[in-house]
Amino acid sequence: MNTIDMTATGLSAAIRAGKTTAVEATEAVLAKIAEEDKKYNCYVTIDREGALSQAKAVQKRIEAGEMTGPLAGVPMAVKDNICTEGLLTTCSSKILHNFVPTYTAEALKNLQKAGAVILGKTNMDEFAMGSTTETSAYGPTKNPRNTEHVPGGSSGGSAAAVAAGECFYAIGSDTGGSIRQPASYCGVVGMKPTYGTVSRYGLIAYGSSLDQIGPLTKDVADCAAVLEALASHDTKDSTSVAREDTDFTSALTEDVAGLRIGIPNDYLGEGLNDEVRAAVLAAAEVLEKKGALVERFDLSLVEYAIPAYYTIAAAEASSNLERFDGIKYGYRTQDYAGLHNMYKKSRSEGFGEEVKRRIMLGSFVLSSGYYDAYYLKALKVKALIKKAFDAAFAKYDVILGPVAPTTAPRLGESLTDPIQMYLGDIYTIAVNLAGLPGISVPCGEDSQGLPIGLQLIGDCFQEKKLLRAAYTYEQEGHRHE
Amino acid sequence: MSKQYETVIGLEVHVELATKTKIFCGCSTAFGAAPNTQTCPVCTGMPGSLPVLNKQVLEYAIAVGLATNCDITRYAKFDRKNYFYPDNPQNYQISQLYLPICRNGGVEIETAEGGKKTVGIHEIHMEEDAGKLIHDEWEDCSLVDYNRSGVPLIEIVSEPDMRSAEEVIAYLEKLRLVIQYLGASDCKLQEGSMRADVNLSVREAGAEAFGTRTEMKNLNSFKAITRAIAGETERQIDLLEAGESVVQETRRWDDTKGESYAMRSKEDAQDYRYFPDPDLVPIAVSEEMLAQIRERQPEFRTEKMKRYREEFAIPDYNIEIITGEKPLADFFEATVALGSQPKKVSNWLMGETLRLMKEREVDATDLCFSPENLAKLIALTDKKVINGSVAKEVFEVMFEKDVDPEQYVEEKGLKTVNDEGALKKTIEEVIAANPQSVEDYRNGKEKAIGFLVGQTMKLMKGKADPGTVNQILKELL
Repeated sequence: MNTIDMTATGLSAAIRAGKTTAVEATEAVLAKIAEEDKKYNCYVTIDREGALSQAKAVQKRIEAGEMTGPLAGVPMAVKDNICTEGLLTTCSSKILHNFVPTYTAEALKNLQKAGAVILGKTNMDEFAMGSTTETSAYGPTKNPRNTEHVPGGSSGGSAAAVAAGECFYAIGSDTGGSIRQPASYCGVVGMKPTYGTVSRYGLIAYGSSLDQIGPLTKDVADCAAVLEALASHDTKDSTSVAREDTDFTSALTEDVAGLRIGIPNDYLGEGLNDEVRAAVLAAAEVLEKKGALVERFDLSLVEYAIPAYYTIAAAEASSNLERFDGIKYGYRTQDYAGLHNMYKKSRSEGFGEEVKRRIMLGSFVLSSGYYDAYYLKALKVKALIKKAFDAAFAKYDVILGPVAPTTAPRLGESLTDPIQMYLGDIYTIAVNLAGLPGISVPCGEDSQGLPIGLQLIGDCFQEKKLLRAAYTYEQEGHRHE
Repeated sequence: MSKQYETVIGLEVHVELATKTKIFCGCSTAFGAAPNTQTCPVCTGMPGSLPVLNKQVLEYAIAVGLATNCDITRYAKFDRKNYFYPDNPQNYQISQLYLPICRNGGVEIETAEGGKKTVGIHEIHMEEDAGKLIHDEWEDCSLVDYNRSGVPLIEIVSEPDMRSAEEVIAYLEKLRLVIQYLGASDCKLQEGSMRADVNLSVREAGAEAFGTRTEMKNLNSFKAITRAIAGETERQIDLLEAGESVVQETRRWDDTKGESYAMRSKEDAQDYRYFPDPDLVPIAVSEEMLAQIRERQPEFRTEKMKRYREEFAIPDYNIEIITGEKPLADFFEATVALGSQPKKVSNWLMGETLRLMKEREVDATDLCFSPENLAKLIALTDKKVINGSVAKEVFEVMFEKDVDPEQYVEEKGLKTVNDEGALKKTIEEVIAANPQSVEDYRNGKEKAIGFLVGQTMKLMKGKADPGTVNQILKELL
């Protein structure tokens, strides 16, 4: 097998067995990037020299027997909202066009300890606000499966880089579906862990109560290995949870006998593309044949998830993005008269349309006189959605459904109608509101050859059930080739 | 002025807590370091950084709440207060609005008439301090120092229960003592570790409804507060008398000019868009935690005064002064514990210590000499190794640089001459040299002996015991 086509864990095994080296793999993937990234624009920043020197250092440690993990020596890509010490981190925004962090995000440090070689920073929707990677200040990323189509978003660069073989795995962030949806559109595996599983320290916040870092990989085994390396209890993140059960690779068994799977009727209703529905139901049948108990049920409240999500996420974002003011780092306008004019101009020129829209929306729902009517009400809806999921998980181990209503839209189709774009998040955002884990696994293609994703949702801290179901499904003929 | 007016005052008091590290990160809170040397990604608002609550801040806030009879909120939260200013690196301040840690308390103060009244405490909340802006006149630009950014504060909000500057000062003194006794802050107004904003309105005597209030900022001493209250009361009464109305606004007091000017009015008040900070988990205060903090509460001033009256034979006035500054009380107790006589320790503190503190403008918190050395000094005088005036001389040196008095007396040769022969010889010389005084004394002028004692002490270079000199003189005359 060609190095570039290997999975992450497959490549690491080959490196550790001495069949190839981290340096060779890095050179190969850098060559691939040099050759193809002009076509896809997966990366905002490519760190050639840095990657090669990391690869050399990691290779030495592997040879010295100091690095033995399943990801040792594997070149990977990092979403551009995750801080990397000494390496440009822009959030695909003009306002951070020159921002070089002084520290590396805790989650990425965990991967570095596991032997990761960082190739560069991947493109995204500006500040993770968008579902297509078209709101990037550095141009859209194109879907490697069909460059006329978007890769999804906001972690579109990460998903496309994995799909195009421009890295062996990537990490992204998921606030309302930003890992699962692009994974689905690009035909790769993507997982959003339970809130608190992966440290947010060093992840440039969008919606703090919803954001989680997670893996985008070629297959489920890689996903488990990357998640296992990412997860840790971080005392620098107050919302980080101390978990004992992060040995996710132990869940890679082909066994769903007796697993109770519920399919919400609400996830199969109006707006769902027929081909997507058929593929998802076919996947459910595969699991049923393997011994899972599958039934339909009513989850309820699904229609309230979108307004609640856009209220909460925008409110938090409006405050989180205040620090980008032209004073300390990032973009500052050229000409200004006084402090407030400098703030206004720097932010007006530095932020893109979608970001400004959400800042305004968030500022509005928090403003005096509207706080109770919008923000507090959204928090109540969030609590009710969590309750609805609690009730569902009393009956089911896993909830199964589509990731998105359609396959990847064509470039340029989504931004003209933001409401339509927001509605596309219907199946993913409730998972963030309830803090649950969710995984997206490829489950076929539509008639245009565009990938379709299957979403599996678990109760808090039940990632292993999801990985087991996803692994079992994948083994039944949907393996990464 | 035809009508009688009543002044109504409420205070917002900010207290900087004496923690070693900041409220949401591990950076030092030490004062006076070079700009931006006590900073990290968290307190400079770097993208991706997250706050983690310093538990000591919570414990101090609860301790102050308990000591001021507040209800402690069992499920408290932090909120973000959003506003843009360069000293505020995130452009939001982490504070508490919806569920502050303490509520519904109060402290008792003595009124000018000698009575007692309770000043209610509406709430106490925790928050972070901002950085410091420094304007560079030469370069015509502003620079920010984030060393102070993230230093922990509590804000104590009183009810509008005070009616005069005297009551305001009594309330502030009470708070200062409680907090100082807890060790939660040194509460220095001049250095800004305690800051008070005065909310003031006037109304006709006997009126039920409050008048329109103003908030006065930049009050750096009790004197400034007193002057500002007088000035603002007068300004508001003048407005009302002229048929105008008071505008609800924030004003800044200029103590050198003795007047205030408007900073911003209610109309241009900002909407802070407060909401719970999603980066911090809610604070659950357990019964165990409360019990532990209660257990650790120190002996407060009232209890201490009562105990001093019972244990030590020292005047009430001395007790009041010594317990009026926690460091003095600590010092007193430590010295007494070393075996010194309470009365003598009290005298040293009330006399020389207070005199030098006033003369050299030293705060009680900054006293440098140790109880051990004062105990030694007292022992030296008790054993008549040195006399009182030499002791004062030694004390001044101790006050300056905490020398060991035994060593110092030895090195400088300050010991009293106890050689009777030598003393007698000197006295005889004095008698011979001052026949007029001798004559006066013998003629019944008792005072004349004082002059002779003085002359002897002078010749002995102060190293004699005046009592002994007096005694020998009388014998010889």
